[in-house]
Amino acid sequence: MAGATRPDRPLSPFITVWRWHVTMATSIIHRATGVGLYGGMILFCFWLMAVAAGPEAYEPVGAFLAGPIGQIGLYLLVAAFAYHLANGIRHLVFDTGAGLKPSDAETTAWFAILFAFAAPLGLWALVTFGG
Amino acid sequence: MSKDKSTPLGRVRNHGAAAEGTGHFVGQRVSAIALLFLATWFVLSAALSMDGPTYVAAIDFIVQPFNAVGVILLIMVSLYHMRIGMGEVINDYIHKPFAKIALLLLNTLVPLVIAAGALFAVLLVNFGA
Repeated sequence: MAGATRPDRPLSPFITVWRWHVTMATSIIHRATGVGLYGGMILFCFWLMAVAAGPEAYEPVGAFLAGPIGQIGLYLLVAAFAYHLANGIRHLVFDTGAGLKPSDAETTAWFAILFAFAAPLGLWALVTFGG
Repeated sequence: MSKDKSTPLGRVRNHGAAAEGTGHFVGQRVSAIALLFLATWFVLSAALSMDGPTYVAAIDFIVQPFNAVGVILLIMVSLYHMRIGMGEVINDYIHKPFAKIALLLLNTLVPLVIAAGALFAVLLVNFGA
């Protein structure tokens, strides 16, 4: 569209012309995990409906969740939730005007990513070895 | 009214932004704070109290009144929160008018239908035959 009247010039910065940095990754992962959790919530609602439908209807659902794909799926859902939670707290803090200094924002960004790996492992350890 | 010679744009300018532009922004954050507690409670409580994804464990969890109310709140607040979030994603990335409107409609319908089904499921487990 612009090419007909103007020479090709760079457009506003977009991911293809932008150097990768961690705060940009956290923003993108926040959206990606948000979309993933949207799907997860739909599946959770279907799970509730399967429970209400009775033991026979639930049988294949329970078997799937206990199987490798179900377990990996649950693990990824917990990881996505942990990330979205940690980065969501980060955003709530940003909304107050705090934590926006680039070095601070980068440190907390790494914490959010680390938490996404640590939380599901921690939960697994708690369930396996704890209560 | 008949004396008003201003254009529609001029009237809009005089009235500012109708004080509604921040509705989604505030709603997203208020629901985020609620979910901070609700979703964290659910993940921890379900993981710790349910002995695997069995039917019996699921029923035992849902029939407890505190859990039932918590799950109902979780569903309603989550669906509200994720509808706003997905609406933002659709508005940002989908530019074809038809696809955009279709997806935005779907983004209203799906959470509504899912919420009705899931809430009915929780009630059925608690009060059903």
